[in-house]
Amino acid sequence: MQALIPYIINGISAGGQYALIAIGYTLVYGILRLINFAHGDVFMVAGLVMVYATTSMPLYLSIPLVLIVTVVLGFSIERVAYKPLRSAPRMSLMISAIGVSYLIQNLAFYLTGGLAQPVTKPIPWISDMITIFGASTKRVTVVTPVLTLLLVVVLVYLIKKTKIGMGMRAAAKDFETAQLMGVKINSVISFTFVVGSFLAAVGAILYFTNYPSVGITSGSLPGLRAFVAAVFGGIGSIPGAVVGAFIIGLCEELIKGLGYSTFSDAFTFALLIIVLCVKPTGIFGEKVTDKV
Amino acid sequence: MSEAILSIKDLKVNYGGIEAVKGISFDVPEGSIVTLIGANGAGKSSTLRTVAGLVKPKSGIIQFKGEDITGKSSIDIVKRGITLVPEGRRIFPDLTVLENLKIGAYLRKDDLKEDIEWVYSLFPRLKEREWQAGGTLSGGEQQMLAVGRALMSRPKLMMMDEPSLGLAPIVVRDIFKIIREINKKGVTILLIEQNANMALQTADYGYVLETGRIGLSGTGAELLANEDVKKAYLGT
Repeated sequence: MQALIPYIINGISAGGQYALIAIGYTLVYGILRLINFAHGDVFMVAGLVMVYATTSMPLYLSIPLVLIVTVVLGFSIERVAYKPLRSAPRMSLMISAIGVSYLIQNLAFYLTGGLAQPVTKPIPWISDMITIFGASTKRVTVVTPVLTLLLVVVLVYLIKKTKIGMGMRAAAKDFETAQLMGVKINSVISFTFVVGSFLAAVGAILYFTNYPSVGITSGSLPGLRAFVAAVFGGIGSIPGAVVGAFIIGLCEELIKGLGYSTFSDAFTFALLIIVLCVKPTGIFGEKVTDKV
Repeated sequence: MSEAILSIKDLKVNYGGIEAVKGISFDVPEGSIVTLIGANGAGKSSTLRTVAGLVKPKSGIIQFKGEDITGKSSIDIVKRGITLVPEGRRIFPDLTVLENLKIGAYLRKDDLKEDIEWVYSLFPRLKEREWQAGGTLSGGEQQMLAVGRALMSRPKLMMMDEPSLGLAPIVVRDIFKIIREINKKGVTILLIEQNANMALQTADYGYVLETGRIGLSGTGAELLANEDVKKAYLGT
């Protein structure tokens, strides 16, 4: 048992990181019924910007810069690649998302020369080593789940209690009627991308603090795992994404802890297949109702 | 008749590749209840949806209080004081009754208390169900909620698309009674209905829409007495 403790701690931490990405998938799906395939790459860009920014400027500038660049990127992707397709079939939107994903990866390839950028100046304090329950780890491992839950609480408040949150919930159900009420659909959708990208940026800062380098495909796997988490929890549901992410994070690390590291991703994707076959709506998923 | 609050001139609307509205003109006098009656596919809904800014017209002019509002966005239309109670009620099932009312006032920034109290006084049932999700209400209650939600924008003109659809006769009578009550408060009403009998009894003036064109028109009582209307729409 004692041997498993570090894995449990790591699992909770990984769960927090996946949750921050998974919320982005689930929010966008909730409102556009779109799997935003570019989301993992937005996450990767946040990591790259962090590497560049932390080496060239002080923290109080670099962290806001990471957040701002990521948010602007998410916002622009929606405006350029998804908004013109608002009345197109959903398949076109999805293909556009795949296109954006490859475009970002290729641009990143061009900028980095294809070399993984080492995290040379990790953010201090959160990358200090600490010891909990006899296991030594970076402080970020403990900070991640706490920060994640804090952000989730703020997000849920935003969606349940504020006017734009109410507009989001209304638009998620019925674009046309929401418009009749005076809800600006485009602003609501942009806002959704801004929130999703912001959380992905926070996720990237935490995730890459624990990693030696950021490469152009660094967003793919965490992105996919977070996507599986969102589907597992019930895509479209925020609590679902969070719970799904923590379950997947924990399971992956426990499998590693039991000595089957090779199978941790296999487990995640097998889980995706099983969920899709047995309970496609996920744990917290709503009944699938197509928008009319 | 008093001055027209809404004036439609030679409106043509294409919908799904066909010309659903083929050049209609009519006026809605301020403070009145006007009804458009007609069979399925006569172009009634398309007309309202075009006025509400959900559909862009092919040609024609829509004037509201003397200003041209043709082709304006639905947000702009709501701001000017036109609201649409959509066909099939379309309340937000996940939002509570209170939130459904609040979202009706989405563009307003002032205090909503008074309006919410007014809606609750019109529909006391809604107050009892304030915290329930909209989707859990019965059909009649959802229609009340849809009307209440529309009122929250403080409309000058309220358009209603088939408010009686799928409701029990007794509920329909209640709804129409409340429509008259709302009208007395100074809200002009443009109503489209397949339930021609109820609509004509309530309306000051009526137009009969037939496959995209206006056939007959007259006061509610005149149309009720008209032989052709009787035969085609009243089933007597």
